[in-house]
Amino acid sequence: MNILRKKSAAHLPFSETAIELFIRLCGISSILFVFGIFFFVFREGAGFLFGGLDLGQFLTSVEWQPTSLNNKRYGAFALIVGTFSVTLLAMCIAVPFGLGAAIFVSEFCSPKLRETFKIIIELLAAIPSVVWGFIGLTLMNQLIISVFNAPIGLTMLNGSIMLALMSVPIIVSIAEDALKAVPDSYREAAEALGATRWQVVYRVLLPAAKNGLLAAVLLGAARSIGETMAVLMATGHSVNIPSGPLSWIRTLTATIAAELGEVARGDEHYQVLFIIGILLFTITFVVNLIADLVIKGIRQES
Amino acid sequence: MVSAVRNRTYRRRIDGIMNYSIETENLNLWYGDFQALIDVSVRIRDGQITSLIGPSGCGKSTLLRCFNRVNERYGNVTTKGKIEILGKNIYDTDVSLPELRKAVGMVFQRPNPLPISVYENILFGLRIHSPIRSMTRTESDQIVEEALTSVFLWEDLKDKLKVRATSLQLEQQQKLCIARLLPLKPKIILMDEPCSALDAKGTLAVEELMEALAGTYTFLIVTHNMAQARRVSTECIYMFLGELIEHRETQALFETPQHPKTADYVQMRYG
Ligand SMILES: Nc1ncnc2c1ncn2[C@@H]1O[C@H](COP(=O)(O)OP(=O)(O)OP(=O)(O)O)[C@@H](O)[C@H]1O
Ligand SMILES: [Mg+2]
Repeated sequence: MNILRKKSAAHLPFSETAIELFIRLCGISSILFVFGIFFFVFREGAGFLFGGLDLGQFLTSVEWQPTSLNNKRYGAFALIVGTFSVTLLAMCIAVPFGLGAAIFVSEFCSPKLRETFKIIIELLAAIPSVVWGFIGLTLMNQLIISVFNAPIGLTMLNGSIMLALMSVPIIVSIAEDALKAVPDSYREAAEALGATRWQVVYRVLLPAAKNGLLAAVLLGAARSIGETMAVLMATGHSVNIPSGPLSWIRTLTATIAAELGEVARGDEHYQVLFIIGILLFTITFVVNLIADLVIKGIRQES
Repeated sequence: MVSAVRNRTYRRRIDGIMNYSIETENLNLWYGDFQALIDVSVRIRDGQITSLIGPSGCGKSTLLRCFNRVNERYGNVTTKGKIEILGKNIYDTDVSLPELRKAVGMVFQRPNPLPISVYENILFGLRIHSPIRSMTRTESDQIVEEALTSVFLWEDLKDKLKVRATSLQLEQQQKLCIARLLPLKPKIILMDEPCSALDAKGTLAVEELMEALAGTYTFLIVTHNMAQARRVSTECIYMFLGELIEHRETQALFETPQHPKTADYVQMRYG
């Protein structure tokens, strides 16, 4: 029974062993990178986080004066509010469009149109965020000025529209997958009972796919929270608690991007920017984790 | 062995003028280029259980799925010929698909309750066919109880009404799929191999249920189980390669088939 005996490692061709090792390394490295990045960001900010920074003030004060000579303030509250409000408004725009498009693509359109639609959506996802920022700075700026008769168009609304356009592709593709995963027998059962296609959607598909749709929305939101360039260019970039969609705001991400180049390595301001990084990391991590758990919930059910 | 062969005729509760619930004339159907039904002309008796037998792929499901137009879900279907349900041509322009499907219920091969509670499954049909919130809680409770009682499920499920229907046993699921048709008061119930996912006990239970409901409803049942066809149906249709070969009283079809193809099939599967 020699043929069935296990070959010892020595008998395996060298290339095969090497490829296996390489693949394994790739897998492990992705984990290492994530931890490495978190470690680096944490190390840069840790000194000030645990010694000196008034965390209460950081989280609740609206005074962001890191460069003031005699009255330095590190209140990130307005930045946090800025990030969340621009994301929230973006989701208010992106969720109806994204879910609507996903429902249309998966349930109502012909296979040919579906392919075209998907290509366009992928194209939308491939546009670099700086280009979106550019569009916000020029086109959307003009549009908001003329439509709302506002003095300036670089506002939270502008940023939200850009973010919405950026997260729609994510929402559409994940939501469409979730709808596709609903067994066709459910649609057939409902239609055979006399349900119209629209009734099938809201009485059967939406409830059956709700976890997947929630995950789509959360991942879209995570994309918005982490986005930097477009919001830096489109929102006016001024520290402000917004009073409406036409207010200026500044986000956590944009603050890091705009200020990191101008601080001396190791000083307080530098460290605070890294603490903002830790905060962002934590927020997106939590959002992604919830989305993952939600998706895992679906798998276990089916 | 076959248990006692039934040869009774179910009496329709209200003696109507109409004798046939379903009538087709030269019905032809194509999936793309492939012709799945060839000149099928058939009349299904009102209030009776009619069975539809034939080898795999002969078009039984296709014929059945014509009668509530659920075939049209597939994009590549062409239908020619006439289908009259309850005296109305279902391809007339003034026919409403939801109304047709309300009158012609369907039970599928694999039990397919919706992934909602037992309670909501029963009410699903009513909810889609009537304006929002037109039922009071007591009314809907009563409808659910009646429907479940008719399919002998009430005792088993009365404490499980909030349970997700997809988590029930298969037999219960299939009975629930029959029960959810009843609140809509259909005239015809189409069944496509309703027992193929069930064990012997479940099969008998569904048959018993059909017999109890026959008379009130017209049943058309596709089955691969010859014994089942003999047990439950008053009339039987034999199909072969898209054509209707023979349609007679069940007992006659099995005992003295007129067509050699029917004889071959019945003997091979049964004799
Ligand atoms: N959606 C479809 N597209 C193309 N061809 C189809 C489709 N559905 C059925 N057919 C073909 O039509 C013929 C009849 O199919 P049908 O499902 O009606 O047979 P059946 O008698 O119900 O068979 P079975 O006993 O296996 O259920 C078969 O040859 C089948 O391959
Ligand atoms: Mg079939």
